[in-house]
Amino acid sequence: MAKGQPPARDGRDDIAPEPEFVQLLNPEGERVEHPEYSVDFSDEEYRDLYRDLVIVRKLDKEATALQRQGELAIWASLLGQEAAQVGSGRALRPQDMAFPTYREHGVLYCRGIDPIMPLSLFRGVDYGGWDPAKYKFNMYTIVIGAQTLHATGYAMGINLDGRIGGGNGSGDDEAVIAYFGDGASSQGDVNEAFVWAGVFHAPVVFFCQNNQYAISEPLERQTRVPLYQRAAGFGFPGVRVDGNDVLATYAVTRAAMDNARHGQGPTLIEAYTYRMGAHTTSDDPTRYRIASEVESWQAKDPILRVHRFLTNQGLADDAFFSSVEEQAAEVATHLRERVLSMPEPDPMSVFDNAYPNGSPLIDEERERFVAYQASFAEGAH
Amino acid sequence: MRPVSRVKEFNLPDLGEGLTEGEILKWLVAAGDLITLNQPIVEVETAKAAVEIPAKWAGRVVTIFHQEGETIDVGTPIIAIDTQPDAGPLPDSGPSGHPEPSAASLAAVEVAPAEGAVEPGLIGGPAPGGRTAVLVGYGPKTVTAKRRPRVQPAAQSSPQAQAAPAVPQQPAPVIPAVRPAPTAPVSPAAPVSPAAPVSPAAPVSPAGLAPKGAGVLAKPPVRKLAKDLGVDLAALVGTGPQGSITRDDVQAAVAAPAASNGRPVVTGDREQRIPVKGVRKLTAENMVSSAFTAPHVTEFLTVDVTRSMRALERIKALPDWQDVRVSPLLLVAKAVLAAIRRYPMVNSSWDGDHIVVKDYVNLGIAAATERGLVVPNIKDAGALSLRELADAMTGLVRTARAGRTSPSDMSGGTFTITNVGVFGVDTGTPILPPGEAAILAFGSVRDMPWVHKGKIKIRQVTTLGLSFDHRIIDGELGSMFLRDLGAFLEDPEAALLAWG
Repeated sequence: MAKGQPPARDGRDDIAPEPEFVQLLNPEGERVEHPEYSVDFSDEEYRDLYRDLVIVRKLDKEATALQRQGELAIWASLLGQEAAQVGSGRALRPQDMAFPTYREHGVLYCRGIDPIMPLSLFRGVDYGGWDPAKYKFNMYTIVIGAQTLHATGYAMGINLDGRIGGGNGSGDDEAVIAYFGDGASSQGDVNEAFVWAGVFHAPVVFFCQNNQYAISEPLERQTRVPLYQRAAGFGFPGVRVDGNDVLATYAVTRAAMDNARHGQGPTLIEAYTYRMGAHTTSDDPTRYRIASEVESWQAKDPILRVHRFLTNQGLADDAFFSSVEEQAAEVATHLRERVLSMPEPDPMSVFDNAYPNGSPLIDEERERFVAYQASFAEGAH
Repeated sequence: MRPVSRVKEFNLPDLGEGLTEGEILKWLVAAGDLITLNQPIVEVETAKAAVEIPAKWAGRVVTIFHQEGETIDVGTPIIAIDTQPDAGPLPDSGPSGHPEPSAASLAAVEVAPAEGAVEPGLIGGPAPGGRTAVLVGYGPKTVTAKRRPRVQPAAQSSPQAQAAPAVPQQPAPVIPAVRPAPTAPVSPAAPVSPAAPVSPAAPVSPAGLAPKGAGVLAKPPVRKLAKDLGVDLAALVGTGPQGSITRDDVQAAVAAPAASNGRPVVTGDREQRIPVKGVRKLTAENMVSSAFTAPHVTEFLTVDVTRSMRALERIKALPDWQDVRVSPLLLVAKAVLAAIRRYPMVNSSWDGDHIVVKDYVNLGIAAATERGLVVPNIKDAGALSLRELADAMTGLVRTARAGRTSPSDMSGGTFTITNVGVFGVDTGTPILPPGEAAILAFGSVRDMPWVHKGKIKIRQVTTLGLSFDHRIIDGELGSMFLRDLGAFLEDPEAALLAWG
């Protein structure tokens, strides 16, 4: 191959099959050692991680079914990315602030938030608003990559408030995590966030779930170098982690967040994973990727390897696994019931929060809408 | 709605964003099957994706309403499920056991007037290409919108109708009135009218110094519209909120000619109808007659005319050529005359039973004039010296431009040159003047990179286009003639000496 020649693009087999990344649990469920990263979990904590993974997948599956049944307008599935989300979500400390995309259902769950919270957005009965300060979890951001700027600004605020590097008393120092994807890495917003975070040494961790696809565009349309290597150009470290390995994801995220809170500045984490499902329920991935590729990733399933690990280590038995399944089914059923019983929003509420003191235009529109609603034979739906 | 029954009908949901229909690809269950919640029951393909639909209820499949391959509107029942299969057999009759979709569910999808339809360009609204704008993907085909049934507003009787916004069906005629100057003293008894004479004693208002319309409330697009239509905003009374001037106000002002400021009102269908006559009519008849009578062939040759251009410069420098117009066209004309001497068949015409070869050349020069295309010809141009030819061409074009070309000047042409190069174009495929066997298009002369004596040099280059009547002239003759024209223009001195 001539110097400077791009890698062949006609088949994904030409790309290195197993990239260099931090891995602590391989697909066979075997613990592997890494010189820089490790975890020290109790047996109970290993089982809890498994429980999180299973419940998060079950909730996601239920939401997808609800969309297919006409109960949600749209759903962005996290299938395949459970380890990246549970590992990083569990690595956050209570005082840390998370800035999600619209796919971080697993992180939300690990923050201890009721998974029903974002479903009203996807059902279309509200705008998905909640108090980010209360949950230490910003609102789902639909605009691709915009949240990386919000996170960087928030982290710069932590610097200015001195809640970092022991300035706020021991143990209370804060850090921020910004979630985004491989597609967002091409956005101007994300690159600007990198510049600001690097220059101002902001305590923010950029957590990129590289799930290989920006809707239908494959990774080779986003970058010529591994994404984590981009951090070097912005002046902070980057690290690639096996995004299907919940232990490695936890260890790498915990270390990066602690570095940030100790005043060591930002880190870019590339969690190398795979979106097993569609981009959203409006998408059909069979139109742009081949079945054999999906099958190769099924062998690297994030839950299967923890299941094997727990079994091999004698940390869990069939009774435990079936109890987790039951618990997940209960959580999913509870979620379904609450989605179906969500009250229809008052159509007039759309006008309520537009202006604090009203506006002639809004008043006029409200009047018209009242008349429009009244014009239906069955009354307001 | 029907009372809650143990048999529930599942309506095809909107599986994407704003989809209106889907095709049943494959049923995964059959009537009589026991199914569980979220068990895949059917594959449906929409404009966006082929997806499996999981069962919304556990139970026993009672009826499948639509077969594979059918395209179903969103909202239409596709399957009925008995949600209490253990509660004994279903009653034979009654609405719940009926195999057809219930009337209520059908009513819900009845077509209603598309009032309140989403505007074009908005999400859910029509997009270019007859599709519906969506957030992700290609978007569904546009079909008739299905709406909830509407109350027929009873005129003036319903309080709802009273509350409805007063949106006139047609723009109400608004007669613009002149705004009273804010500081002008106006007697309450004296009606303000456009014709009200201003008293010379009235104090000069400082507002009069402000730009026109500056103190008027109007949104920028309305101001733009007013400017485009020549409407003085200050002369209007606004009907919008806080007395602001609306788009309708401006348009009404335009529609009311009495209030306009004397500019012509923009009317008509923006098309102009020009009678076909005179030169245009003659040109049209000639071109049609020629194009559909004589089988045209056109050939092109690109030549280096640097030497010709230098020769022209030398001619211009001669003392007795000082007051003569010398152009490249002159040398082209000379080249044509020289080449015709070598190939007289080019200077001929088709006469049905005979080919008439002429011993004289009446050389036509196409000229663009205000009246249109005029092609006067230089009689017996072959007998003229170069100087006489130059004088004749100058006079001919001047006469044509002045519109004084006589019919006899334009008749009897035997060969024509059209100098499209003066318009800056490279060449064209000219159409023969009726009765002539060939016509030459002379393109513009450009500085171009050109291989000259084995090196790339900047040379003056032009393209010749020769059309000829294939009834008379075959490719060989046409090519040789065109090649000679090129040879002359590449080296005029040698050609004159060799062919003279």
